[in-house]
Amino acid sequence: MLGDCLKQHSANFDAVVIGAGIVGASCADALAANGLHVAIVEEKCIGGGATGAGMGHIVVMDDSPAQLALTRYSQQLWEQLKSQLPDAVEYEGTGTIWVAADDEEMAEVFRKREVYAQYGVESKVLSRAALLSEEPQLRDSLAGGLLVSGDGVLYPPAAAAFLIDRACSASAVLLQGHAVIKAARRCVSLDDGSALSAPWIINAAGASAARLLPGLPIRPRKGHLLITDRYPGFVRHQLVELGYLKSAHSITADSVAFNVQPRRTGQLLIGSSRQYGCDTPEVEMEILGSLLDRACWYMPGLRNLSVIRTWTGFRMATPDHLPLIGQLITGQPEEDDSIVIAAGHEGLGITTSLATGQLVADHCLRRKSQIPSEPYEPSRFVGALTHV
Amino acid sequence: MSEAILLQINGKEVSVPEGSTVAAALLAVGIPTRNSISGEPRAPLCGMGICYECRVEIDGVPHRRSCMVACRAAMKVRTL
Repeated sequence: MLGDCLKQHSANFDAVVIGAGIVGASCADALAANGLHVAIVEEKCIGGGATGAGMGHIVVMDDSPAQLALTRYSQQLWEQLKSQLPDAVEYEGTGTIWVAADDEEMAEVFRKREVYAQYGVESKVLSRAALLSEEPQLRDSLAGGLLVSGDGVLYPPAAAAFLIDRACSASAVLLQGHAVIKAARRCVSLDDGSALSAPWIINAAGASAARLLPGLPIRPRKGHLLITDRYPGFVRHQLVELGYLKSAHSITADSVAFNVQPRRTGQLLIGSSRQYGCDTPEVEMEILGSLLDRACWYMPGLRNLSVIRTWTGFRMATPDHLPLIGQLITGQPEEDDSIVIAAGHEGLGITTSLATGQLVADHCLRRKSQIPSEPYEPSRFVGALTHV
Repeated sequence: MSEAILLQINGKEVSVPEGSTVAAALLAVGIPTRNSISGEPRAPLCGMGICYECRVEIDGVPHRRSCMVACRAAMKVRTL
């Protein structure tokens, strides 16, 4: 089949994107929209890795100024795109409510509102009564919350498929079912012995990114999710506990957090967990138990709902929790200047995919980006790398 | 001959023989149990609690497998 593709399309491209997860899809879409002739290589299915395993929460996050800049930029790009998204993407402007359990977390609500305001992100402080009025299923002893109305939810594999389709209507070519053996020096070698050449190779291979570029500083962080049967109206906003901020980025310990998302079907996604050092995909009952205990503490009525599936996935995390977007400049002689990395988005890949695509396109077209790109450049880790 | 039981399905009184499952009562009156995500009407497939196609609301509790529940007098069944 690839042979046929290559007969129809030259094996020479302007850019080869490796990986049709949402990040690769967005890179391909942005490059193709700028007139580049793009090939997308995907070994398995579109959005079959972290893209398909996650919740699909478009969220502005403020753990660091660089994270805020990237998520805000990307959330605005989703806002512009949402009217064009097909039904299958199931985009819903649910907003996010950051739930404060106590007075300490309520102080965080006010701090967060100020930070968001500086970036033009609208948010509204909810008192205990206002929180219960928005979400009556929450326990009544909570302190309040922060409603961020511009956030949303979607179904990520369908969003990735939409971006790939759009790239293909703008002359991109999808080569599916082929593994990349090697990608270096303007040449991508596939497992059927064929090769694609391009001045730019975008490594958006997600969990496999480090296989093509050994030494890349990304580690898998396992997560568990559950989905319920349909209970329309049970929850209206994406709900996230503010304690999430305290626990989610603890490097060493496993953690769980209350994180519930309403789907258009009336189903609820329930999360979340974060683990390092576990690379097997099995659902772990102990983790699932503590995750559900926490969820039911925040929302006691969850105990009466039926869960129909549980699964796990892996977020690829960097040491500083910011993605790797751009070239890896090591300063060594005969540097490979064709590789652009777009990987390591941890739990924010769905949100930040669109901004990543723009930054990658800006890089390849050598133009200035809308936000400073330095914080995401992979070269920030060069001193710490041994194999690159 | 078993006794008849009166229950309500979507607000209408239905009479079934004692010992009938709710799924049997729904089949007797020809009402689908639920609609799929894409809007297709569904009905019991396996009749033994495995396929989940027979889910209905029973006495206010949603998503109960009607093939696993015996009809009781004055039971209120609602299809989705």
